[in-house]
Amino acid sequence: MLGRTANSIFWMFRYLERAENTARLLEAGFRMALTRGADAANEEWRSVIVTLGEQTTYQQIHSEYSGAQVCNFVLRDRENPQNVLGMIEAARANARSARTSITAEVWEAVNEAWMVLGDLLDRPVRESSLGSVLASIRREATLVRGATYGSMLRNEIYHFARAGTFLERADNTARILDVKYYLLLPSLAYVGSSLDTGQWDTVLRSLSAERAYRWLNAGRMDPRGIAEFLILDRRFPRSLAFCYDALRENLKALAELHHNRGECHTLMREADRKLCEATIDSIFDKGLHEFLTAFIRENQGIATAISDDYRFIA
Amino acid sequence: MSIKPEPNFDEMRQADGSIRPAYRDYVTWLDEQDPALMRRKSREAEQFFRRTGITFNVYGDDDAEERLIPFDMVPRIITGTEWRRLSRGIEQRVRALNAFMHDLYHRQEILRSGRIPLSLFKSNVAWLPQMVGFTPPGGVYTHIVGIDLVRTGPNEFMVLEDNARTPSGVSYMLENRETMMAMFPELFAKIHVQSVSDYPRRLAKSLAACAPDAASDKPVVAVLTPGIYNSAYYEHAFLADQMGAELVEGSDLRVVDGRVQMRTTAGFQPIDVLYRRVDDDFLDPLTFNPQSMLGVPGIMDVYRSGGITIANAPGTGIADDKAIYSFMPEIVEFYTGEKPLLPNVPTWRCADADSLAYVLDNIADLVVKEVHGSGGYGMLIGPTSSSREIARFKDKLKARPDNYIAQPTLALSTVPIFTKAGLAPRHVDLRPFVLVSPNGIDITPGGLTRVALKKGSLVVNSSQGGGTKDSWVLED
Repeated sequence: MLGRTANSIFWMFRYLERAENTARLLEAGFRMALTRGADAANEEWRSVIVTLGEQTTYQQIHSEYSGAQVCNFVLRDRENPQNVLGMIEAARANARSARTSITAEVWEAVNEAWMVLGDLLDRPVRESSLGSVLASIRREATLVRGATYGSMLRNEIYHFARAGTFLERADNTARILDVKYYLLLPSLAYVGSSLDTGQWDTVLRSLSAERAYRWLNAGRMDPRGIAEFLILDRRFPRSLAFCYDALRENLKALAELHHNRGECHTLMREADRKLCEATIDSIFDKGLHEFLTAFIRENQGIATAISDDYRFIA
Repeated sequence: MSIKPEPNFDEMRQADGSIRPAYRDYVTWLDEQDPALMRRKSREAEQFFRRTGITFNVYGDDDAEERLIPFDMVPRIITGTEWRRLSRGIEQRVRALNAFMHDLYHRQEILRSGRIPLSLFKSNVAWLPQMVGFTPPGGVYTHIVGIDLVRTGPNEFMVLEDNARTPSGVSYMLENRETMMAMFPELFAKIHVQSVSDYPRRLAKSLAACAPDAASDKPVVAVLTPGIYNSAYYEHAFLADQMGAELVEGSDLRVVDGRVQMRTTAGFQPIDVLYRRVDDDFLDPLTFNPQSMLGVPGIMDVYRSGGITIANAPGTGIADDKAIYSFMPEIVEFYTGEKPLLPNVPTWRCADADSLAYVLDNIADLVVKEVHGSGGYGMLIGPTSSSREIARFKDKLKARPDNYIAQPTLALSTVPIFTKAGLAPRHVDLRPFVLVSPNGIDITPGGLTRVALKKGSLVVNSSQGGGTKDSWVLED
């Protein structure tokens, strides 16, 4: 396949994953805001912007953090280069450019996502409809994923699609965990002390992990346990370990198809080794923030290596 | 030449209101349908097109970056007998076109014979000196041709235009049929319509048969598109997808080791046949427009040394030229030794002083077109233009008469479309698609019917608000 097409496929799935994860984060913030007083709610909305790393851009436009403003900014404000509608448009433009490499089902799913979300986000989203808009974003992304899983040939194209998905998801999980942890725990000395369980609930909700975690831990909220779950539990589909199992498998499949291993495979093996050797104790001894920052940087390194190894760009 | 518009020919109904044979079974079926259901189906069709992303981009229209070409669900029907006669005429014309190209770029016997004037070409920008003395692989110049036909009577089809560069619209021919079959499967069980669905397979086969000597046993075919912002991008992607060919852009291609190669995830891979949907001028910045980002630097050298087939061949645009068009009856006769089976629309060449005088005097009744124009841009339809528009156009015409031709305002045939108030006749044309390879000339039964949606309008171009219909050739 063409290097340019591989690039389009890779980014199409990265944008879809990013849009979906952004919606999840907003959903968690929305829920928290509903269950608190007005001041705490604004603080919660601020934390959504901080987690997305968009404070600087946001503050250039707005002076305070209200639900309506934050939602509008995150979902559809053109002045925010990372708005969800823009991600959906970018995913669709990439799909269009790689139209001959995806099935009609996948194309129709992403085209429909673009039409449905384009309509929903055409006007500012009112609080009363926010829940259903966020659900639509998740639903549309799920439909594309389902069409991909159910209709695409397991060839090179599919592996680039999956590699993009899991690379982006690992990045998003690491970022959410890093920022939320930082916001919730001014000092690591607090780890282990019992904090507001509602706050921890948002961390899990941002990653759609609350049910799984509660089920596994009989409802106990333990910051260290949550970090362990989101980083190391291979059963949870948004954990770093799960994402890297999937990323490794897809990169391995690419190496087999090409009869050739590249720089990305070397980096992958190294990252994999670190993740396998890590325990939650070793992570906290070194510092969770340091661990996650290094992870995000190395994850980006793998993305760059994939792009170089497979000639994404002339 | 009569220029008074006559009452036009309706393809469904005779003057007394009775149904013509081609439409009898269809109308019988239609009369049994619930009108409310038909209205719902019409809306469904639009949703279907939107969902599948069958859109085109309109130049100079910022609001609608991607627009749908309206689809009308009443088919345009031609009998098998009518089609057989038509396709003989089309084949003859396409054969002549290829022979004409070969002659123009070699011995130029038609010019020596004086059948067409030398002056026509000296100034012709579509004529490429780079093609002189060179024969494309398989001797084929126009691999894909779209012949635009109009109908004025029971047996009167005329050629309005020969699209010999990069004719578009074939994806609509295919999608319109798919849509009709999805909406009215029972109709196709009742009425036997000749299939069009294997066009992409035939195109792939036809292109592969034109591969250069340098090609391997299984020639690699790729479609070259200007990219996702091109008005026909949907069609480029559709055809590549249906043929199982790569869809490439200029930035994917490079000349490596004397071949045109594409950048794949595993390195560079040679292309044998390039079905390009990029104009000549943008094909090679080293040979043509140096600003072009859409082409491949050096591709013309590879082409001339036999390393790649370019379809259609560069320089075929000369047959799209409307002044050359006016000589097509002579061209057909010169190369085939036969009388043309399909007549031209009568055409005045404004370069000729007598014709210019006639056109200026009668402009209110004529259609005046630019010699190199296409897509319905830059033309004047006398009967529907204001006196100011006509005055302005006359100035342009007088300033550059050789840039224009004129034709009578034809009484184009009509076929009904589905409107809220029921069926209503609208003017149509027909573009059959023709494939040429060393194995012969292959015409897909049917083609693209374009329809003017406005009552009385004669402009069917999609860029000017025209729609399309499924075109049926009956099995009979």
